[in-house]
Amino acid sequence: MSLITNLRNLSNAPGISGDESAVRRMVIDSIKDHVDELRVDTMGNVLAVKHAQGKARLRVMLDAHLDEIGFMIFGANDDGSLKFRAVGGVDDRILPGKAVLVGPDRLPGVIGVKPIHLLKGEMSVMKIEDLAIDIGAANDSEANNLVTIGQTAVFATEFRTWNGIASGKALDDRAGCAVLIEVLRGPRSPVEILAAFTVQEEVGLRGAQVAAHTFDPDAAVAIDATPANDLPPTIDQDVSPNTRLGHGPAIYVMTRHDLSDPHLVQHFMTTGDALKIPYQMRQPGGGGTNAGGIIPARSGVPTISVSVPTRYLHSPASLIYLKDVRTTVKLVRESVARLTPEILHRR
Amino acid sequence: MDTAALLKQLSQTPGISGHEAEIRSAVLREWGRWADETRVDKVGNALAVRRGMDYRGTDRAADPRRTDRRHRSIMLATHMDEIGLMVAGVKHGFIHLVALGGVDARILPGQEVIVHGRRDLPGLVASTPPHLLKAAERHKVVPLDQLWIDVGLPARQAEQLVRVGDLISLRRSVIELKNGLLAGKAFDNRASITAVAVCLEQLQQTQHHWDVLAVATVQEETSFLGATSSAFALQPDVAIVIDVTFATQHNATDVETFVLDKGPTINVGPNIHPKMVQGLRAAAKRLELDTRLEPLTGHSGTDGWAIQVAREGIPTGIVAIPIRSMHTPVETVAIADLERTGRLLAEFIRGLDEEFYQSLIDR
Repeated sequence: MSLITNLRNLSNAPGISGDESAVRRMVIDSIKDHVDELRVDTMGNVLAVKHAQGKARLRVMLDAHLDEIGFMIFGANDDGSLKFRAVGGVDDRILPGKAVLVGPDRLPGVIGVKPIHLLKGEMSVMKIEDLAIDIGAANDSEANNLVTIGQTAVFATEFRTWNGIASGKALDDRAGCAVLIEVLRGPRSPVEILAAFTVQEEVGLRGAQVAAHTFDPDAAVAIDATPANDLPPTIDQDVSPNTRLGHGPAIYVMTRHDLSDPHLVQHFMTTGDALKIPYQMRQPGGGGTNAGGIIPARSGVPTISVSVPTRYLHSPASLIYLKDVRTTVKLVRESVARLTPEILHRR
Repeated sequence: MDTAALLKQLSQTPGISGHEAEIRSAVLREWGRWADETRVDKVGNALAVRRGMDYRGTDRAADPRRTDRRHRSIMLATHMDEIGLMVAGVKHGFIHLVALGGVDARILPGQEVIVHGRRDLPGLVASTPPHLLKAAERHKVVPLDQLWIDVGLPARQAEQLVRVGDLISLRRSVIELKNGLLAGKAFDNRASITAVAVCLEQLQQTQHHWDVLAVATVQEETSFLGATSSAFALQPDVAIVIDVTFATQHNATDVETFVLDKGPTINVGPNIHPKMVQGLRAAAKRLELDTRLEPLTGHSGTDGWAIQVAREGIPTGIVAIPIRSMHTPVETVAIADLERTGRLLAEFIRGLDEEFYQSLIDR
């Protein structure tokens, strides 16, 4: 299966934090013939091992998270519409007028909004508490028969590609999942690859903590999607954490809370330079990755975050360049293959 | 007729105000199935004519009856244009936009669009990821003139393919909800175009004395141009405007809203001739059809405002189909309401006679 087909299927699949099974099954199907060990832990993480070519000089964990932001159903209103809240970080302002799919049966629904014609005074932001998902149920009892409290909903966005560009929902972090799958499907590395497709990143890096404990790796790479806020600047705009589309994977020096291992950062840059793989440095601050869950595992894990630059994260449709996905695969694969105990050694 | 299939097809056919070519051909084709003739006028209105039985098969010019008795006709007016967006400028490859009609800025961030440039380009309305949002920004609606559309292309390529004035439509296929409800874009006013198709099909199976002039008007969302020009040209004896109204929905239960799936509303107020209200209510009663009165204190916000004062004045009625979330890509309608509206119109037309016409003047 090609990288794009994989990315398409992954993007279209529903997988809110804690409800990742559809994505998990998809990942297992696409890696099972390319790894030596494969299991699912109690959290729902997919843990796969690909042995090294010859004797492994290191054991390196590669992480990508399965889950996406979305919604949970909180109940039904008398008029048959559904009360809902966000799972993970969602800007209320992107909700009105969007289509969603609710529950395991993927019931179509829409987030309606009182028409502007009936607004009195200024237009204000519609808070999620004031919105509802309309599935067409006539009343609360019909709605309760169709949907159960605690079921999840995702944006009903279909993946599309044009001119080497891809847009779809949940590219954070299905882009990372596609990268990791591609690495696993490639040739054996001189290091042992410990692949973790982790759950619950969006609600607090929960799956990665457990996976890092289990694997007890020598080093780790968190592969994620990072904000590309590369729109034309306005006068009052600050220099926010930023990357640019088309300029290759973004290497994190630090996130909001966590520092990447400086040796790893240097090693990834050196590898990129030597092989002429484009990369960019992500500006420090704002937003994090699973590195925050992996770094403190057991006695500590040297970790780096490498991300696909992505516009409009956590919205119904984000946008990436496919060439950035390909160069991310290349940078991760080649840097990991060249990793030695000496590089990690603290002097 | 498969009413839902027709609405889906019309919803997907582009027709932003002033650029109605594609929706016009679709309307002419669909209405044309039940019409004696179709034509297009100078401003782009689409007309489908069903001859009344008094005139069917006669050469109108040579008809001796015409000398002593006026040729009666009723105009059914539905606008076929939809609100939309237009390119206002391209900067660093990103697109600034301007609205055609009353676009709701709240629904745009995160919305998928199609930019109709030198070729159709997929695009997204840009939104700031929550990771980078400042607390104060979360509480502000981003105004239209501060939104960007992203077609993903490098600046030079985008600037070659997209020019000022290019149209932008929202990407939204029709969604089937429970209980015969559909959600989608441009149901304002393709729902009414569909209802008129139902009416014309019904008329095929019955007899009516008057000519029926079904007009799909242009530019309702911007200027009522289509209504003004077609009412002048056709000079009907009476007119009924079919448009959409506000359906009751979550957090919108104002007195101006009407519960879905309980039939169309019959509007009442200064914009509407009282005898038209009476006639429509009587027709609904004959069909044992639920309708509600919708009071309007002044401007109906429909083509009826222009038609009522065309030439020497045209007695006008307004029938409205309730939809939820008007002017968003998830306008929601009950299919049964379209069918009810079509049947109501046909029944009203079936009952039109000289006595009704004479009753229009309040002597």
